[in-house]
Amino acid sequence: MASQRMADEGLPVIARFEVHRRNYLKSDGSIARPVPAFASDANLLLSLYRAMVLLRHFDRKAVALQHTGRLGTYAVSLGQEAVSVGIASAMREEDVLLPSYRDNGALLWRGVKLEEILLFWGGDERGNQFSGPVHDFPFCVPVGSQAPHAAGVAYAFKLRREPRVAVCMFGDGATSKGDVYEAMNFAGVHKLPVVFVATNNQWAISVPLRLQTGSETLAQKAIAAGFTGEQVDGNDVVAMSAAAEAAVAAARDGKGPRFIEAVTYRLGDHTTSDDASRYRSADEVQMHWKEDPIGRLRTFFVDKRMWSKADEEQLAADCHERIEAATERYLAMAPRQPETMFDHLYADLPEAYAAQRHELAGEGDA
Amino acid sequence: MPEVTLVEAINLALGRAMEDDESVVVLGEDVGVDGGVFRATAGLQKRFGSERVLDTPLAELLISGLCVGMAAQGLRPVGEIQFMGFLYPCFDQLVNHASRMRNRTQGRLTCSMVLRTPHGAGIRAPEHHSESTEAMLAHIPGLRVVMPSSPERAYRLLLAAIRDPDPVVFLEPTRMYRAAKAEVEDNGEALPLDHAFVLREGRDVTLVSWGAMLKETIAAADELSAEGIDAEVIDLATLKPYDEATVVSSVQKTGRCVIVHEAARTGGFGAEIAAIIAERSLSSLLAPVTRVTGYDTVVPMARLEQHYIPSVARIVTAARKACQFS
Repeated sequence: MASQRMADEGLPVIARFEVHRRNYLKSDGSIARPVPAFASDANLLLSLYRAMVLLRHFDRKAVALQHTGRLGTYAVSLGQEAVSVGIASAMREEDVLLPSYRDNGALLWRGVKLEEILLFWGGDERGNQFSGPVHDFPFCVPVGSQAPHAAGVAYAFKLRREPRVAVCMFGDGATSKGDVYEAMNFAGVHKLPVVFVATNNQWAISVPLRLQTGSETLAQKAIAAGFTGEQVDGNDVVAMSAAAEAAVAAARDGKGPRFIEAVTYRLGDHTTSDDASRYRSADEVQMHWKEDPIGRLRTFFVDKRMWSKADEEQLAADCHERIEAATERYLAMAPRQPETMFDHLYADLPEAYAAQRHELAGEGDA
Repeated sequence: MPEVTLVEAINLALGRAMEDDESVVVLGEDVGVDGGVFRATAGLQKRFGSERVLDTPLAELLISGLCVGMAAQGLRPVGEIQFMGFLYPCFDQLVNHASRMRNRTQGRLTCSMVLRTPHGAGIRAPEHHSESTEAMLAHIPGLRVVMPSSPERAYRLLLAAIRDPDPVVFLEPTRMYRAAKAEVEDNGEALPLDHAFVLREGRDVTLVSWGAMLKETIAAADELSAEGIDAEVIDLATLKPYDEATVVSSVQKTGRCVIVHEAARTGGFGAEIAAIIAERSLSSLLAPVTRVTGYDTVVPMARLEQHYIPSVARIVTAARKACQFS
């Protein structure tokens, strides 16, 4: 190896780096190491669990709506619910979330309504005018392109001396993009209050991680930008929440950016337009079902006698009711008037385009 | 009142905007200690500190993306891209984010930002430093594209751009940076955006141009005047959205129009103007609308660039032909 040869030559080592991995709940629901203090709060753990279960039920409904022509293309979170829920659970209202298109769990945790998410994926911009924090960003569809925004948001916080944190979420594929590295590099230079979260679900549509990077971990990509990267078991919501707490607190404290690689697995298709059986085997998917974040937390609860079959049934019924009611509200919402496509183009519609708006409104020729 | 160059007028406007509004932030490569490769930001870091006038890493995509994030948080960032040839990594941010943030969030998040960059050839710069690809930008809904052609308009339009609630790409005519000199009162007064300026009134032919080409266009109008042809000269100034009414009413008066731009002809912004004249004012035309433009080739390096930039003679010939058409 090159490093051995260099050592043989007596060349000094000038820097060493380590990447740690965080996990508390093993896939069978048993404890790998002492859980952090917050995990002794049964109500908090239960709320994380409920959020993950709601998301899973919601995804199922969204796919059904898509298959029956009542929703556009949709990206499910199946198998990776612990990532978005765990991350959001560590954020404060005044922090800013910059999500990618598969981070529904984080939006829901932050107060976005189910019908607003349906509205967005149903093809209506009003879905982004949501009930979550007014400063949160909408879903980012062009992969990784929101990372520089997160750095800009965090720069504004630092400039104004506000104890707030920007949290930017993207997938493993996004770490191949210059956007993400440029943003991390800048955040490192200025020690910005920003947390970058890479949801490593192993697949960027059909391209596996091994074709995405030669790195052993994604977490180590932070090292080149001058800050800490940590690998986390993304199917362990306790680990996700603890890692997010630590990273957000450090960022808020002026200790600079952090990077979290959440290792998980996309059990579903990339989107409703995808057929994952074209590029990966059923055996592979089946194997990863054993890692299911919801199943392992349920086992943990049941083992601790915190959760019964009746609780589970009640939760399923509650989710069903909420989702059905939200779906009704979504379906009842009429499309906007066509001419409103001009209404938020500029603060004031320039005279040059007023005629086109009139034409759409049927008020005359353009 | 002292005379200032166009680049000094830019500097005055930036200083004034930062003085008036503490949310204004200037960022880019070498804009801090160095004061910018053209000195547009000279002295600003000293006055306003390195937090508000920041040297970014060498990454253009980042500069434009930072602006979007800062703007969503209520800052008014003014990013500098050193040359238009280096603007292209910003296109993803301009097309997918800056220009549509307001629209895609239905007004919840907005993007009041300015991206400044030098525009055009003529200073014997290296390869990739002489671009004039404004038509690409003018095609993006939700964006404003502004290009001044004098120190006065540089100062007042830049102030307007910074105060505008929506994203503006501000293209600065490189070869006028130091060549153009005029008195400018640093009083913080802006000129309106989306507004064309009639620089010279005339009866016989309308010459429409923008940016550095106004220099040749005005010189052409002088020559034409010596021949007894009375040319009206319009500085379009804002290309997106542009002031159709001023162009159309001028052509209705003169009946003839020559459009002058440095950019390559095909798909250039002149085509848009010719189309609007055809749509709105065909019956007033006494001659075909013509374009005097850069050629449909790669803008050449220094040794040939003067052959690429439309000359006074080409403009005069086109205007003369329009007036002789029957």
